[in-house]
Amino acid sequence: METKEDRELYFYLKLTREFEDRVSKLHRQGKILGGVYSGMGQEAIVVGVCYGLRREDFISPIHRDMGAFLVKGVDPKRLMAQLFGKKTGLSKGKDSFLHAGDLERGVFGSTSMLASSLPVATGAALKFRIKKEPYVAVAFFGEGASSRGDFHEALNFAGVHKLPVIYVCENNFYAYSTPQNLQMAVEDIAIRAEGYGFKGAVCSGNDLHAVMKTAHAAIDRARRGEGPTLIECKTYRYHGHSEHDQSWYRPKDELIEWESRDPIQRFEIYLEKRGNNVDQIKDETEKRVKETVDEAVRFAEESPWPDGKEALEDLYANPF
Amino acid sequence: MPTTFIKAIHDAMFEEMKRDDNVFLLGEDVGILGGAFKATEGFLQEFGAERVIDTPISESLIIGAAIGAAILGMRPIAEMQFGDFITCGYDQLINMAATLRYRHGGRAQVPMVVRAPSGAGVHGGLFHSQNPESYFLPVPGLKIVAPATAYDAKGLLKAAIRDNDPVLYFEHKYLYRRIQEEIPEEDYIVPLGKAAVRREGSDMTFITYSAMLYPSLAAADRLKAEAGMEVEVIDLRSLRPLDWETVFRSVRKTNKVVIIHEDRKTGGIGGEISARISEECFDALDGPIIRVTSEDTHYAFSPPLEEFILPNVDKILAKAKALAAY
Ligand SMILES: Cc1ncc(C[n+]2csc(CCOP(=O)(O)OP(=O)(O)O)c2C)c(N)n1
Repeated sequence: METKEDRELYFYLKLTREFEDRVSKLHRQGKILGGVYSGMGQEAIVVGVCYGLRREDFISPIHRDMGAFLVKGVDPKRLMAQLFGKKTGLSKGKDSFLHAGDLERGVFGSTSMLASSLPVATGAALKFRIKKEPYVAVAFFGEGASSRGDFHEALNFAGVHKLPVIYVCENNFYAYSTPQNLQMAVEDIAIRAEGYGFKGAVCSGNDLHAVMKTAHAAIDRARRGEGPTLIECKTYRYHGHSEHDQSWYRPKDELIEWESRDPIQRFEIYLEKRGNNVDQIKDETEKRVKETVDEAVRFAEESPWPDGKEALEDLYANPF
Repeated sequence: MPTTFIKAIHDAMFEEMKRDDNVFLLGEDVGILGGAFKATEGFLQEFGAERVIDTPISESLIIGAAIGAAILGMRPIAEMQFGDFITCGYDQLINMAATLRYRHGGRAQVPMVVRAPSGAGVHGGLFHSQNPESYFLPVPGLKIVAPATAYDAKGLLKAAIRDNDPVLYFEHKYLYRRIQEEIPEEDYIVPLGKAAVRREGSDMTFITYSAMLYPSLAAADRLKAEAGMEVEVIDLRSLRPLDWETVFRSVRKTNKVVIIHEDRKTGGIGGEISARISEECFDALDGPIIRVTSEDTHYAFSPPLEEFILPNVDKILAKAKALAAY
């Protein structure tokens, strides 16, 4: 039987895919400048982890995590305007892309410096601990980012203080062109948790239910004060590293194999198995998704550019 | 055939690796991919994975490992995918590389190069547009170069590779494919620490480097056409050591100075140059020393913001004309 939760999960999966697909197209048309990074193929991770999080829970998404913004309730219109560099974007044109957050919805805007958000998410968890608040912090990162000291420094501290933080590694086996075997001598990033005194878990990042089960167990433990977890989701990005990259360094059949494990198709099969009329749900969802994305694009296109001198604003909380 | 700025960088490394097998490369995606900007295309095939190393994302490791190999006689070239990420290896550069020889009483050296694609103007946003040279300027022990032409890009990189000190090589990515020129086939170097006079003049001196050379030259041409002024344009090329002799000689000739750089005004090298000129040539000055730089803010993404922030020909012209009126 169909449930409200199934409907919502399906909506977010489809919304994420369509949103990113549209962003790729707009980038090709020259309407979105700069670097654009697609998380296509990895949607189940962000949707599965973020679905059910509270507004106060803190997340720090990375460059492929459009879905995390959407599930956490960031307005798709402002998100699209952000990518366009418009005044109505989250950063008012200061940067494009996902370098702006929406702290009212617990979404932190990262920098480009990979893994730099892990110590910050750890600090958010520290606040929850100090104030005895029942919230969690979730930090997303790629396997590539886990090579930086910031990753290790964050996990070490979280382990010492048993902080309510969940580190979610989206392992898509490539850091730009660099395959995993040139990045680390271990197969599972999750085993590193042991070195910091807490548990790691590996799951399929293309299986929404596997992600949800693993993540929700970790989130519950964190809320109960039982400390951090390092979750590794094995997945694959369909597109190149950025939209400028043809990713010829990856074997063709690898992509085909992963496409056969598509997270959205997989969820549709699940819906079907539960006795739903999938065609009908699909039609309805696609219509709703298309309306949402169309509206976001229209909003972004019609929004004004910032004024040049606004470049000098927002530097200080207490300007002189 | 004209050589682009990026090809000049490619060729400098290629020729040096052929010439000296102590030269090797390390950085993110320098091997299989041939570099994010294709600076090392074909290197893996030519020199193999022992000398062209795709590293993990770990700038501290990239720079630190380069230091370790360099003190034992290798000549590593470390690539930062974007210059902005050099901050992630800052400690290794500032505390380790820069002080190494000093604290070993002169009995050690660190012959290494860190290549860092820097600069704005390509819609890179906050973290792909910075000009990090001023983060390093006060640090003794490091050398800093920033070429503007393809000829210099090649010659300075070769000199940097052969130099026995750690050299930061800031290559402006705006120039990669926009600049090209005929350069000699035979081996040559451009010595570190020597500026180039790109245009002779007696009415005013423009001091600049890297991508700002081009709007500076264009502004000089327009001042000639519009006001009959002859502007001397100095391309510093090396920021540390800096060729003060060429700077002071020009100031004594023209008596008026505009310093143009893309880095921000506060703490940028223009302040240092201005102060030194006041100390050394105060009697020769016929007006204030003027700076045209980026605004004191972050390198914002949105096109109208980026345009507002960056120096351009019109901004240089306006300042130069005001100075000319003194
Ligand atoms: C500190 C730092 N170094 C280099 C880069 C350039 N860079 C951006 S994304 C990327 C690859 C990231 O790989 P991974 O963390 O596995 O995430 P994925 O892109 O595969 O999702 C690199 C090298 C960066 N953003 N930050």
